[in-house]
Amino acid sequence: MEKAVEAKIIESSDQKILSDASNVTKKSSLSWTHALWQSRIAYVFVAPTVLVILLLVIYPLIQGIWFSFTDMNQFNMGSRFTSPSYEFIGIRNYLDVFTGAGTAFYQVLRQSIIFTFTSVFFHILIGLGLALLLNQKLRGRTLFRTLLLVPWAVPSFVSAFSWRWLFNAEYGFFNLVLKKFGYTQIEWLSDPFWAMFAVIITNIWLGFPFMMVSFLGGLQSIPESLYEAAKVDGAGAIRRFFFITMPMLRSVTFTVMLLGIIWTFNLFHVIYLVTGGGPFGMTDILPTYTYMEAFQRWEFGMASTYGVIILSLLIVFTNIYSRMVKSSV
Amino acid sequence: MCSPIYIHAWSKVACECGVKERFLLEQKKKSVLLFNYIILLVFSFIALFPLAWILITALKKKEDVFSSSLNILSGNYSFENFVYVLTQNDGIFLIWLKNSFIIAILTALICVSLASGAAFAFSRFRFPGRKQGLYLFMLVQMFPGVILIIPLYYIIRSLGLLNSISGLILAYCASALPFSVIMLKGFFDTVPKSLEEAAVIDGLSQWGVFTRIMMPLALPGIAVTLFFAFITAWNEFMIAMTFMNEESQFTLPIGIQTFIHEYNTQWHLMSAAGILITLPALVVFIKLQPLIISGLTKGATKS
Repeated sequence: MEKAVEAKIIESSDQKILSDASNVTKKSSLSWTHALWQSRIAYVFVAPTVLVILLLVIYPLIQGIWFSFTDMNQFNMGSRFTSPSYEFIGIRNYLDVFTGAGTAFYQVLRQSIIFTFTSVFFHILIGLGLALLLNQKLRGRTLFRTLLLVPWAVPSFVSAFSWRWLFNAEYGFFNLVLKKFGYTQIEWLSDPFWAMFAVIITNIWLGFPFMMVSFLGGLQSIPESLYEAAKVDGAGAIRRFFFITMPMLRSVTFTVMLLGIIWTFNLFHVIYLVTGGGPFGMTDILPTYTYMEAFQRWEFGMASTYGVIILSLLIVFTNIYSRMVKSSV
Repeated sequence: MCSPIYIHAWSKVACECGVKERFLLEQKKKSVLLFNYIILLVFSFIALFPLAWILITALKKKEDVFSSSLNILSGNYSFENFVYVLTQNDGIFLIWLKNSFIIAILTALICVSLASGAAFAFSRFRFPGRKQGLYLFMLVQMFPGVILIIPLYYIIRSLGLLNSISGLILAYCASALPFSVIMLKGFFDTVPKSLEEAAVIDGLSQWGVFTRIMMPLALPGIAVTLFFAFITAWNEFMIAMTFMNEESQFTLPIGIQTFIHEYNTQWHLMSAAGILITLPALVVFIKLQPLIISGLTKGATKS
């Protein structure tokens, strides 16, 4: 008797917890409004965050898209005292960008792509390599792991400044060393090729620890038994790597590669702080170029257009990428 | 240790290959190990070098820093650059430090208290719009900062919040909230459900479950998320540079730029300021490291 009551209580309380789940997923006789009412607690918990996101991300985003169809600039944007007087100009900004009229869009886009893919390629290569080394039973591997995470722990604006100092043409470490050994010094930050080289090196240094940690997590989730079974079957280290490690790391690799590409494509402060986009805009990438358009040339309409284009490129890329990943799995 | 199977296996190996071959095999293993250590050492050196170099720069006199040979490695060390940075201009560095600290702390607290509610709901309830909500939080992280900064500037300007700390906190919350929700949800997912079920039987409300069971049990995860939200605000550069143009309202990333001039950058002072900013972050990071790694790997394997 007692047991039955207990069971009933458990059942009912279970229902209380899972009521939302079961009721909603069943979708049987329940009406839509009833489902919403059932989940009211959840909505109370979610509401503040969603509200902030709507107000501070989604609303500005829509406003940004709207600005991209206007000729807004510093003078007609209005202020607390004057009303705005910018005008809707249709797709003129977009036409200007795509025909390349008065903008360096295609050049900057090319530089963005070079910067992003080179950085991410080396992030993954170095990150994966170091993760494989650290995943072994080595003496002192915790120490090495801590040391290798330092670039991640240092505030990135400080790192950017320190690399700029290392690349300094007159007193920087690299040129002093070149001089000491009798080589010609390199104008790291004022030669277009070497400036791009410098920002990519800086960015690789900043980004490899994150990849290393992600791959380490992926490696540690591979069950040891797989390797043991393969050993019993006589598979050597190389074959174990290609037939167990690589396939098991697939999903982690795809995720971090996508994240890496998106983050690097949106990266602003590294280039801004190391070269400022110079020399002559030869290291500008889309985010820095957009920022300059907005807050140095004060063309908010045009800058919003670049912003919308960056976002569209990323969305298109993400879609193609995830479709490719899905079809290859 | 000495189970018969092992002995059997070893004797088999010993029979199959002779002593000489085993010796060669061990040599090969040793050289591979050595190679691994060399690579790890080289990369650790590379990882530390820029920081070490600005530490050396910070500890040197101006004339040793600005010399066209490697004089920087010889000569005397002193703390005078640090003293100068901390006391120059009536201690404005400390004001920047205070600004940065207040902004980062408030951002982290506001952001995590909002996000933990949302993360709790996403982790424990199934409700219409849940999937779309999670997708939204993922998507929002993809948005380029430069597309949002123009309308945000416009909004903050029309509210008259340029040059104010609260404007900056608003903007930082917007950028830290989405990943905080995703991260906290990951931590909440790892808390076993059985405890709350028992508590609900004892008559605890959902709010009680959230504050008295979930929050205490997920405390390490909350600490890590607080840390990441703090660091996001502490390191942010672009928005602060755009919104703040009065020196007394600067945060550290902007303040430190005042040492840079086009032809006359005060690298010795820059370095000293850089070290002062880095040390606290580095210490906290190293302390929290195991938590951060476990938190991230949980998230990584989940998504």
